[in-house]
Amino acid sequence: MAENRHKALGLSDDQVLDMFRTMLLARRIDERMWLLNRAGKIPFVISCQGQEAAQVGASYALDREKDYALPYYRDMGVVLSFGMTAQDLMLSGFAKAEDPNSGGRQMPGHFGQKKNRIVTGSSPVTTQVPHAVGIALAGKMEKKDFVSLVTFGEGSSNQGDFHEGANFAGVHKLPVIFMVENNKYAISVPVSKQLACEKVSDRAIGYGMPGFTVDGNDPLAVYEAVKEAADRGRNGEGPTLIETVSYRLTPHSSDDDDRTYREREEVDEAKKKDSIVTFAQYLRDTGVLTDEKEKEMNDEISEIVNEATDYAENAAYAEAESAMKYVYEE
Amino acid sequence: MAVISYIQAVTQALKEEMKRDEKVFVLGEDVGKRGGVFRATDGLYDEFGEDRVLDTPLAESAIAGVGIGAAMYGMRPVAEMQFADFIMPAVNQIISEAAKIRYRSNNDWSAPITIRAPYGGGVHGALYHSQSVEAVFANQPGLKIVMPSTPYDVKGLLKASIRDNDPVLFFEHKRAYRLIKGEVPDEDYTLPIGKADVKREGSDITVITYGLCVHFALQAAEKLAEEGIDAHILDLRTVYPLDKEGIIEAASKTGKVLLVTEDNKEGGIISEVSAIISENCLFDLDAPVQRLAGPDIPSMPYAPTMEKHFMMNPDKVEKAMRDLAEF
Repeated sequence: MAENRHKALGLSDDQVLDMFRTMLLARRIDERMWLLNRAGKIPFVISCQGQEAAQVGASYALDREKDYALPYYRDMGVVLSFGMTAQDLMLSGFAKAEDPNSGGRQMPGHFGQKKNRIVTGSSPVTTQVPHAVGIALAGKMEKKDFVSLVTFGEGSSNQGDFHEGANFAGVHKLPVIFMVENNKYAISVPVSKQLACEKVSDRAIGYGMPGFTVDGNDPLAVYEAVKEAADRGRNGEGPTLIETVSYRLTPHSSDDDDRTYREREEVDEAKKKDSIVTFAQYLRDTGVLTDEKEKEMNDEISEIVNEATDYAENAAYAEAESAMKYVYEE
Repeated sequence: MAVISYIQAVTQALKEEMKRDEKVFVLGEDVGKRGGVFRATDGLYDEFGEDRVLDTPLAESAIAGVGIGAAMYGMRPVAEMQFADFIMPAVNQIISEAAKIRYRSNNDWSAPITIRAPYGGGVHGALYHSQSVEAVFANQPGLKIVMPSTPYDVKGLLKASIRDNDPVLFFEHKRAYRLIKGEVPDEDYTLPIGKADVKREGSDITVITYGLCVHFALQAAEKLAEEGIDAHILDLRTVYPLDKEGIIEAASKTGKVLLVTEDNKEGGIISEVSAIISENCLFDLDAPVQRLAGPDIPSMPYAPTMEKHFMMNPDKVEKAMRDLAEF
């Protein structure tokens, strides 16, 4: 039997199984979306594949009843953890009226759902970073003890809004967790052409906050780092910068061809560290995941994804004239 | 009714709204201890404390973006851009975010933020302390842009902006701050955003304008009245979205329309006003619609000769009004 790391973090067998289930659900929804795209049924996909461990590990370290999430476009694992459903995501993929993110107004991956405190996002990257700081500021003013988690890619950490937001949170000691999901590529540009420093987390010192780099393929490592950051935030000790290092297993989006800028060997090598594979192995090695449970989980997820796809495909589009609604309060 | 200055109306509106609603707070550069470089937030820090009158780091995109985040949570932030010219780093936050948050979330989220900024020239402010920036934002559905001319309008419209459930850009003419004084009621009141206001009834020509230029037009109108020219003056007050009905009514009333702004001429607010008039009032017009505006050069130069050349003044307005009356 392998060393049980999750017990040491205070996580039960059921909790880590639930984490794995959410990671697997994200992966399977994502894979289905690619199929639907290639079959000509949905216009666009942008993937979470390779980042599920970081997304789910971070989310499960938070209080998902009161904390706020400001995800970026790859964060299917975050929004599923915060309460969005497979059906919600498929409705978004098909741009149907019932899509809770935007009612079919935005491309998939532009998450938002107020009832689950998933804050609406846009396409220009990193604009959500100051929003996370503002929400944390509001929480401090209102004497609440929630934290805000904001995620973005390593390329985005070059944007002014990252710098301005991180500095603001540092100065005002706000409970914000800045999590960089470093997947090594900003579309085609590798991290070596994005950063002059070794790690994104090296930037933390400039904002007066601690910075950590953790293995983004290890949900338990991410869980531990985010849990500590959340505790710091709730204790009034301010923000934290966490960099999770993994790999983008798919092209940037359904409109990209990554064969034009990276070698297959590199992708194949990264797939060996894929958290869906490695975390499953950990759970088997610690006796948490049995063959029977794994089959049960796979069957259940397959059914959820099938049902979500059917429902979304058959759901109605928004009425054309409804495009005129909600420019201002009505 | 007390007579107060334009900037006192700003301060009073902020103070009264902060007293009325604990969710209202102010953030910006130097707004706290210093009370703002123009002193618009004077006294608020002492009364409400540093948590509600927040001196932020010098970073405009964060001032807007942090405010937007707080607004999405349910607060009522009033963000100050120290000069309208310095709003440019925040444009992405204002146009990509604030303006679209309600729409893109299908009414799930909203961003009730007010962003105040002093604009306008005639203060030796040169290229980067004199600009009018409203045209940058005036084709962005989701935003409202308010540009009041009098203390009464400032107070009523700033309160309305803070209470509005959508983002409002509130541009204050910096030369009007201490130059313009007027009566303001003691009791609480708001004015409707999106409604123009007739500042002078007249029957010969119509002047449609906003901001400090309203006063130039009023001064010119008094002079022209002695010559028997009776000017009707419409103050837009909200420059986006425009009060189409008010514009059509004012233009149709006299059939001779002069549009005035101190902004550059091409592509500005008055160009849109002109388009509304040409679409709706053709058979009521007795003269081509005239635009009087700043020249199409980047901004107001520093040297007094060149600044005066750019800046609108009562004489320029008077001449344009007389020419139109004589058409």
